[in-house]
Amino acid sequence: MNPFRRSPFVIAAAVLVYVFLYAPIVGLILYSFNASRANVTFEGFIPAYSENVVMDGSLVLSSPCGPFHWYCDLAKNDDVAEAAGNTLTIAFTATIIATVIGTMAALALQRYNFKMKPFSQLALYIPIVIPEIVMGIGVLTLFSQFFGWANTTFGLEGDARLSLGMATVTMSHIAFMVPFVTLVVQARLQGFDKSFEEAAMDLGANEWTTFRRVTLPMILPGIMSGALLAFTLSLDDFVITFFTNGPGSTTLPIYVYGLLRRIITPQVNALSTVWILVVFFAVLLLQILQNRDSKQHS
Amino acid sequence: MAAVDHVTMQIKNGEFFSMLGSSGCGKTTSLRMIAGFEWPTDGEVYIEGKAMGHTPPFQRKVNTVFQSYALFQHMTIFQNVAFGLEMEGAKEEEIKKRVGRALDMVQLTGMDRRKPKQLSGGQQQRVALARALVKTPDVLLLDEPLGALDLKLRKEMQLELKALQQQLGITFIYVTHDQEEALTMSDRIAVMSKGKVQQMGTPVEVYERPANKFVADFIGESNFLEGKIKSISKDEASVFIPGLNAELVGVPISEGLVKGEEVNVCIRPEKVRIADKHVVNQNMFHARVTNTVYIGADTHIYVDVNGAKLKVLEQNRISRLDPKSFYTVGQEVWLMLMPENTLVLKKD
Repeated sequence: MNPFRRSPFVIAAAVLVYVFLYAPIVGLILYSFNASRANVTFEGFIPAYSENVVMDGSLVLSSPCGPFHWYCDLAKNDDVAEAAGNTLTIAFTATIIATVIGTMAALALQRYNFKMKPFSQLALYIPIVIPEIVMGIGVLTLFSQFFGWANTTFGLEGDARLSLGMATVTMSHIAFMVPFVTLVVQARLQGFDKSFEEAAMDLGANEWTTFRRVTLPMILPGIMSGALLAFTLSLDDFVITFFTNGPGSTTLPIYVYGLLRRIITPQVNALSTVWILVVFFAVLLLQILQNRDSKQHS
Repeated sequence: MAAVDHVTMQIKNGEFFSMLGSSGCGKTTSLRMIAGFEWPTDGEVYIEGKAMGHTPPFQRKVNTVFQSYALFQHMTIFQNVAFGLEMEGAKEEEIKKRVGRALDMVQLTGMDRRKPKQLSGGQQQRVALARALVKTPDVLLLDEPLGALDLKLRKEMQLELKALQQQLGITFIYVTHDQEEALTMSDRIAVMSKGKVQQMGTPVEVYERPANKFVADFIGESNFLEGKIKSISKDEASVFIPGLNAELVGVPISEGLVKGEEVNVCIRPEKVRIADKHVVNQNMFHARVTNTVYIGADTHIYVDVNGAKLKVLEQNRISRLDPKSFYTVGQEVWLMLMPENTLVLKKD
């Protein structure tokens, strides 16, 4: 046994790290049960159930949902529902498209040698390393320039006018997701022996059948973890979405930011809690997939 | 640089043909060109008389057993073996029947529901074999298929493969770097080096009449003595060997030698006779033992003949328990180099 494992220093350090990481989250969740609408200090849980919400100043005395008052409040909020819908629509669409493009890029980079290969490989890291705000401004500039040009050139008017909205958010999400998917799938492909594909072709399968029956099933766990990573990135993206969204394409992060500018009620905490749970389970799934994947390849 | 350069091989129907050479000699590249994974920049591959050109692998009646087996990990053994038949569009009934027969043939009956990971290395190797053979190819290509198995299993599989090939009558093209494997199984062997075929022939021809110094050295072991041809007839020569300060008379020759040419005289260690008394006059040389190494079945005796170092192999036909049965270091002995057991080779 490692003699350092039980050292009080190691234990203290571990505890401190966990406190540092999770105290804000625990606090956030705790405040989602706050009886105080002002949400500045924690005034205790909402103690009682009642037909209607009973308030004393900014204190909630009782509610039909009891301690879960703010969650019920949240459920009744149509704006939140719309924002959540937008967020998921964008995340799903962008994930599917980015996963297809990213996987194809990874396969091409693994299989073929071409002149611009080192450049293509390097170019993958650029969207990852440059500050998100730079990318956001860049994408916004591109869209507004292009839309301005297109609207005047083709004389588009009214509803036909090109403007920022769901499509622009989705497109810019795809743009920053592709490198992540490619890098994850590429890492997976490193250990992929090309003799599997050769064996399939040798047995009479053409390129497409080989891909469908052999390559894809074998690299699927890698593709799935790439897709899940991209999905979670899309779910909580604020900066790029902030620059590229328009009317009717408010996502959850944008919505929460909007709420914060007015008043912070525990409803924001309730929303954040639900959100944390969703992302937590997505990441858990990702971990499980990766574990299964590495076991298969060991 | 070419991996394979001007290789011409004609492989007969139903033949067990081996390409033998160390890594990087071009044997695997040649095999991959037959399978269709690589295309020759120059030249052509013919199968059953048809030029293959750029025919993709999935349209050639050739199947491969890969060195890594390349079994599809996400499929069961049955699905693996059935894959090739499915691609042909065979009916479900027929697939079941043929897969069953193929698995019986490689003694894997009842394993069809397992995944490749659940089988031992030897069993996986058999699945790879069944998967290729179930398609009844014109030619079966085997790329060092026994490389990952342990010695004993490898020897068993060598004999099994040979028996299977004779039973099925399919042409086998076998790539290996293991000379013993090639000698055990093959009808003919192509010894390859640096992208070229050094010699093509039966195991006996390749071992007993190596075409050049490379083959003599690569297959088995050889002693080489530098010499000069004193006189030459159609198939024999007399060679003067300065190292021995003596002349070897009546030595078989390889092609294209002329009188006065500097040559290598090659003799296998097991073909050197060693004695402690002088018996005949010709081709008998006085030597001194420098080392003896006991390796179980044989004893290797290293001797010095007027400065030339030779290795002699003696079979341990009798018990060696008595230390006196060994030659001792420094002992004076006589070597007999029988002319019919030596070979004159061109200097490279």
